[in-house]
Amino acid sequence: MNAILAGLVAMIGIGIGAWLILDEAGFSSQEVYSGPNVRLEQPAD
Amino acid sequence: MLRHLMAVLAMILLTTPAIAQEAENAPPAGIDRSATGGAQTLEDILRRQQNQKIDDRFRSQNIGGDASTVPELGPLGGASDADLWRALRYGKADITTSTRNETGKVLVQDGGMWWLEIRRGPLVKYGGWLLLGTIAVLAVFYLLRGRVRVEGGMSGRTITRFRFIERMAHWLLAGSFILLGLTGLLSLLGRMFIAPYLGREVNATLLQASKFIHNNVAWAFMIGLVAVFLMWIWHNIPNRLDLVWFRHAGGIIGNTHPPAKKFNAGQKIVFWSVVLLGGSISLSGLSLLFPFELPLFAKTFAILNDLGLPGWFGADPLPVQMSPQEEMQYAQLWHAIVAFGLMAVIIAHIYIGTLGMEGAFDAMKDGEVDEAWAHQHHSIWLEEEKARAKAPPKSARTAAE
Repeated sequence: MNAILAGLVAMIGIGIGAWLILDEAGFSSQEVYSGPNVRLEQPAD
Repeated sequence: MLRHLMAVLAMILLTTPAIAQEAENAPPAGIDRSATGGAQTLEDILRRQQNQKIDDRFRSQNIGGDASTVPELGPLGGASDADLWRALRYGKADITTSTRNETGKVLVQDGGMWWLEIRRGPLVKYGGWLLLGTIAVLAVFYLLRGRVRVEGGMSGRTITRFRFIERMAHWLLAGSFILLGLTGLLSLLGRMFIAPYLGREVNATLLQASKFIHNNVAWAFMIGLVAVFLMWIWHNIPNRLDLVWFRHAGGIIGNTHPPAKKFNAGQKIVFWSVVLLGGSISLSGLSLLFPFELPLFAKTFAILNDLGLPGWFGADPLPVQMSPQEEMQYAQLWHAIVAFGLMAVIIAHIYIGTLGMEGAFDAMKDGEVDEAWAHQHHSIWLEEEKARAKAPPKSARTAAE
């Protein structure tokens, strides 16, 4: 039973780790395929 | 000899309708377009409405030219507005954009409707029936065969079947696959089966959560896949024992239990399905995870065309010129199709590992299995393990020498 828990905890750990690393690396399409000249949101007045 | 002749005959009979259908579907050569001044004709429109191919060179190659080739438009630059729009549509316009990738240069992309139609049509229909059908077949099998029991009952003596690290890797892979399967199904089916009943807001929230989980847990699946592959590959090389196992249908049908090593032929099928289908899902998943960065299909299709594979089935060569968006469409379809196949295999695996076979779950729960179970399902492995336990430790043998 411990192995089941360990596997699931590892899954959650790897998932969170991937999220942190990819987020830090700016992997999202929005960050990759847009720049300052692309106005996705209305600028604050 | 007669058998071979019949096989060849059957192949010819089976492929003839496909070839005939293909010929019927092929665009007619040399349509007279003088009545429309070279534009599409009523025949083109009718063929398109019947989902038949049209020869659209009259459109795709009509993109103007320079002042010398189109003198009548020379003062205007050699191409009319219509020419320019056609060039944009067929990816032939000379585009300069400020974006940092090829995707930005595709200003008109009309290759997506077939993908959308397949995604919300046959993919959902056949994928859904595959999963439901697998569950139904297993239910019928359970009603007919019942649980595979350990004949003569459990012995009370246990033997270690899987070490902690093996079980942990298995559950890492299993847990992540179940999560990925569920979130993948939500992403594919949410708009059809959740939004109409629970509302778009609920569906949108579920989709956002599904995407987040799917993107990040995918890495756990890939790591688990590599770990399981490395640990169990040597036990899953096919050998002659597998033929014996197949001859007795693995002992599931009837009462004869064929001998097997650590993994029997059925488990090898599951292993290679997970490795090959899971590997393919991982590749297409990476292509989807990093959009437009890892195009897979144009090159793959070119290789398949060079091998002549489409011709074997009487089909046209596969497309090798595709926009980055079309690459992603193929990746999404392939990802989902292969995932449906693997889900069906895993549903059967879950059945046999829990409800279908007495004592099987113990192997992955705490790693210990009853010797009577091991004798019934993995007799050679049990003898090997017992012989290994009886043999003196390596250090003692070295000292004696």
